[in-house]
Amino acid sequence: MRRVTLLAGVALVSVVVLLALVSFVWTPYDPVRVDPSARLLGPSAAHWLGTDGFGIDIASRIMVAAQTCLLVGVIAVGIAALVGVPIGIGSGLLGGWFSEVVMRVTDVLYAFPALLLAILLAAAFGASTWTAMIAIGIATIPAFARVARAGTVQVMASDYVLAARSCGTGRAAIAGRHILPNVAPVVGVQASVAFGIAILAEAALSYLGLATPPPTPTWGRMLRDAQTYLFTEPSLALWPGLAIAVAVLGFNLLGDGLRDLLDPKLREQAR
Amino acid sequence: MSTTALTGAPLLAVRDLSVAFDRGRRRVLHQVSFDIAPGQRLGLIGESGSGKSLTALAVMGLLPDSAEVTGSVRWRGAELLGQGERALARLRGSELAMIFQEPMTALDPTMKVGRQVAEVRRLHRSAEPGRVRPLVLAMLSSVGLPDPVRIADSFPHQLSGGQRQRVVTAMALVNSPDLLICDEPTTALDVTVQARVLALIDQALTREQAACLFISHDLAVVAQVCSNVLVMLDGRVVDGGPVDRLFRAPEHPYTAGLVATARLDLVEPGSRLPVIGDFYASGAAGPQ
Repeated sequence: MRRVTLLAGVALVSVVVLLALVSFVWTPYDPVRVDPSARLLGPSAAHWLGTDGFGIDIASRIMVAAQTCLLVGVIAVGIAALVGVPIGIGSGLLGGWFSEVVMRVTDVLYAFPALLLAILLAAAFGASTWTAMIAIGIATIPAFARVARAGTVQVMASDYVLAARSCGTGRAAIAGRHILPNVAPVVGVQASVAFGIAILAEAALSYLGLATPPPTPTWGRMLRDAQTYLFTEPSLALWPGLAIAVAVLGFNLLGDGLRDLLDPKLREQAR
Repeated sequence: MSTTALTGAPLLAVRDLSVAFDRGRRRVLHQVSFDIAPGQRLGLIGESGSGKSLTALAVMGLLPDSAEVTGSVRWRGAELLGQGERALARLRGSELAMIFQEPMTALDPTMKVGRQVAEVRRLHRSAEPGRVRPLVLAMLSSVGLPDPVRIADSFPHQLSGGQRQRVVTAMALVNSPDLLICDEPTTALDVTVQARVLALIDQALTREQAACLFISHDLAVVAQVCSNVLVMLDGRVVDGGPVDRLFRAPEHPYTAGLVATARLDLVEPGSRLPVIGDFYASGAAGPQ
């Protein structure tokens, strides 16, 4: 059962990654070229998924949009992990009032939805892929800080940290050699789950026009374009919606699968 | 370190060591005093909760910040209490080393054990490139691990309890410390492995000419390693002296109980085994 979850996650994520990689070298059609003579065509041998209201091939657009989706996921999760994990480890390591202050500040940050931050950044710098990535990244910092802190507190209470201290290991060395490797699995699981959430958030922001501007294809933007034809051509919304669902589900299953895979092993080792 | 200049002076001098928690409301250690001379082995014996481990952790400066430690702990004449973490870290693992009770959890599960031993060496002896690995392998084989290369490249969960305790012992001895604190090093091991690990610690101490503070709840175990013993009860030292004197003429009734329970060879077959309660009633709960 545990394997099935992990394998399903890996399979779905691979599909998205593969689409993105292939789109760098080949797409059936130019994903941004407007062709008024080929508007709203149904699926055919020439256009596998048909064309949209601008006459753009939907399959090509879906493929190229996978690039944006993965880029947003990587950068947003990267920002969140690079900032959040050191905050969490530092807070768990030092403890005391410093730790309390840091964690309350991240709690406040947690209360701000990514959407609000994205609107703010878009208003200040103009909506772009970058403002969306940064907004999602900042909003995800608290999740990483909490997970890293919980892991650190647990590791700090362990016998091997006491043993390391009895051997003269300093705080920095304990953080680098003992805490980081031991919290890495939970941070990895968190990263996978956060990746899915970041994709969903980016789709929502694109849909609202707060992220990647046209003509760069994104799934959220495709959903927005499809809205105009929702009653006459509902399949236009189906494909980008399906793509988002596959990507988000894939990363969530991957995260769950990793958690199941890593947990029993950790328990066995702790004994 | 010039030990010769300090001959006669104790290596470790503990005076009136007291520990309290909850802002002084709960006192758990009451004015413990003892000396350890270079090369001397002192046993610390008592039941769980009597303050043995607490004494060891207080000497090492490893108690949590919530503990209030008073009195004096002098190492080669220099006060350790109140020293910063940085100054203590220089001593720990180098001049003072410690072996913990639980070999199953005293090693980092994510690091190969060879590297864990090497880390302790590198922390205190810099600039030995290429020489640490052979030293670690020699150390592992000197603690009785037959295949040091394989052991060094193993993760802790791949080793048995006895093997892990040997690795922990190697970690503690890798920098040839002057004092080794053993906190119930054999309690978590089964009896046959226990005897071998004890013999090993005994040999290692002789080889390194290191002093030892040996903590145990088992008088028979302490007697194998130490010549002098302190008896602790409820956070106080109640009795002490050479092992043979304690066996012959225990001063405190609690010590008499300990001796009787350790000398099972004197029990007549068929009769009830002695318990400490026969000699010393702790609180109101003990049998009269």
